[in-house]
Amino acid sequence: MANLFRLFAAAPFTARFGMIVILIVAVIGLFAPLIAPYGETAVVGAQYEPWSRQYLLGTDNLGRDMFTRLVYGTRNTVGLALLTTVIAFTIGSILGILAALLGRMTDRILSRIIDVIMAIPSLILALMLLTIVGTSIASMVFVIALIYVAPVFRLARASAQTVVVMDYVQAARLRGERLPWLILREVLPNIASTLVAEFGLRFCFVFLFIAALSFLGLGIQPPTADWGSMLRENATLISFGDVTPLLPAAAIALLTVSINFVIDWMLHRASGLKD
Amino acid sequence: MSRIWVLLGERLALGVVTLIAISALIFLGVELLPGDLAQQILGQSATPETVEAFRRELGLDQPAVQRYFQWLAGALHGDFGNSLSNNRPISELLSARLGNTLFLASFAAAISIPLALTLGVLAALYRNSVFDRLCNVVALVCVSLPEFFVAYVLILFFSVRMALFPSLSNIDAAMPFGELLYRSFLPALTLVLVVVAHMMRMTRAAIINVLASPYIEMARLKGMGRLRVILFHALPNALAPIINVVALNLAYLVVGVVVVEVVFVYPGLGQLFVDAVSHRDVMVVQSVGLIFAAAYILLNLIADLLSIVSNPRILNGEG
Repeated sequence: MANLFRLFAAAPFTARFGMIVILIVAVIGLFAPLIAPYGETAVVGAQYEPWSRQYLLGTDNLGRDMFTRLVYGTRNTVGLALLTTVIAFTIGSILGILAALLGRMTDRILSRIIDVIMAIPSLILALMLLTIVGTSIASMVFVIALIYVAPVFRLARASAQTVVVMDYVQAARLRGERLPWLILREVLPNIASTLVAEFGLRFCFVFLFIAALSFLGLGIQPPTADWGSMLRENATLISFGDVTPLLPAAAIALLTVSINFVIDWMLHRASGLKD
Repeated sequence: MSRIWVLLGERLALGVVTLIAISALIFLGVELLPGDLAQQILGQSATPETVEAFRRELGLDQPAVQRYFQWLAGALHGDFGNSLSNNRPISELLSARLGNTLFLASFAAAISIPLALTLGVLAALYRNSVFDRLCNVVALVCVSLPEFFVAYVLILFFSVRMALFPSLSNIDAAMPFGELLYRSFLPALTLVLVVVAHMMRMTRAAIINVLASPYIEMARLKGMGRLRVILFHALPNALAPIINVVALNLAYLVVGVVVVEVVFVYPGLGQLFVDAVSHRDVMVVQSVGLIFAAAYILLNLIADLLSIVSNPRILNGEG
């Protein structure tokens, strides 16, 4: 604990700011039902009420409390982004290590498939896949996870390739260990730090991606509260000069900026670069 | 000199192969639709006879491979078939919108590239100064902002509060050029803010990378000014990575227009694409997807070709 505090104190201002924001978002997401004054989809007043004691940030286009929706949106948007990133990392790193371990045809076939996925711009690919599987939360998670398997695969394969030629992996092979053992006990521990650093970065992309899809009306579907679709639903209010609809978008921006500040600092520390 | 042609040829062939693979993937995706396209469109209540007739009209009674080649050949001639939702030829929908999207992307590129290069050179020149740090933080913030957030903030300030620019850029080809620029200024500015940060940071990094070389020290020791050293000694050698980043960002621009077009109701390909996805108009999605993918691959290809060409080692046959 004392170590953590020292690390925190030594961090530059931007990184400290980022860590505090991430902590706040995590707390809000975890304890959403305790913090929110109303139910997630409860209609509590008239449409577009102004900010007041009763409705902290006013109400939305259907008369639901904005503050409540924002709090639940934290849980839904961030939670789904986390789930999607975890799925993409699990599949991507296992396939990547597998390709590095087995080599030959497995490696070649997997790499070519990944090359094709990477050659299509991700938003375009996602929209095309969503046309095929239809729009729902499950299909959105599936589609985005599938797209982000590609960069994770490349990273895992590249870092695993330097590990699989090590003597201890050869020894394990000669001992007759099976594939799951080789993947989980020999290779994965040695590339874990690289993957963890990448995780934060990819989470940001996935998070923005989910927000963008929901904003386009193709991601998280109403009445579930989420930051992207909240902006879409209340965008008309902006033309009257009201900033309320921008709050969910500002929350998205604040969280990604914070994560990027922290990652930037961590990369800087890890690389030991001064310039 | 022959080595460079081999390299360029290899890269070009790879690009063509990728494009064909992707067109096959796009086509195959629709084949994987649960059930049958005709059934899907007509709904559960359609009689088997109407479904059969509609299948014949769409050409679904022919084998998939044959239809794929017909589709590809049609696409090469600019004939993409008919839209499912209004039965008009897709090429009619595409032509004007493709022009609009390219106009918006080039407008954004015309502002962002000179701006990014200037800022990058200045940041490298005054590195570790307050100006450089400020540039770095602003760049990091810009990279992390979602496009729609930037777009709505611009709308709030420039069109609602100050009433300088329109918030809806409903342009058409008949408007005079100045009017076009005026109406598409806010979407272009949004795109500029999104891409300029990345280009600027890469320009700065590329120049600083070169600044560590002995010939830079030599130039400084001769008594040259810092700006002169950067412009005439560092920049030409940092050009290859910079060109690469610029081309990659152009590729991003073409794709990044989707969200921005939706916000500003700009009549481009991106909006057509999103509409088609929500109506599940598979034919339009296929065609627009193919165009976007092709543009993206083409610009990436150009980035690769330029970085091969601008590498003096390969150019002089030493590599």
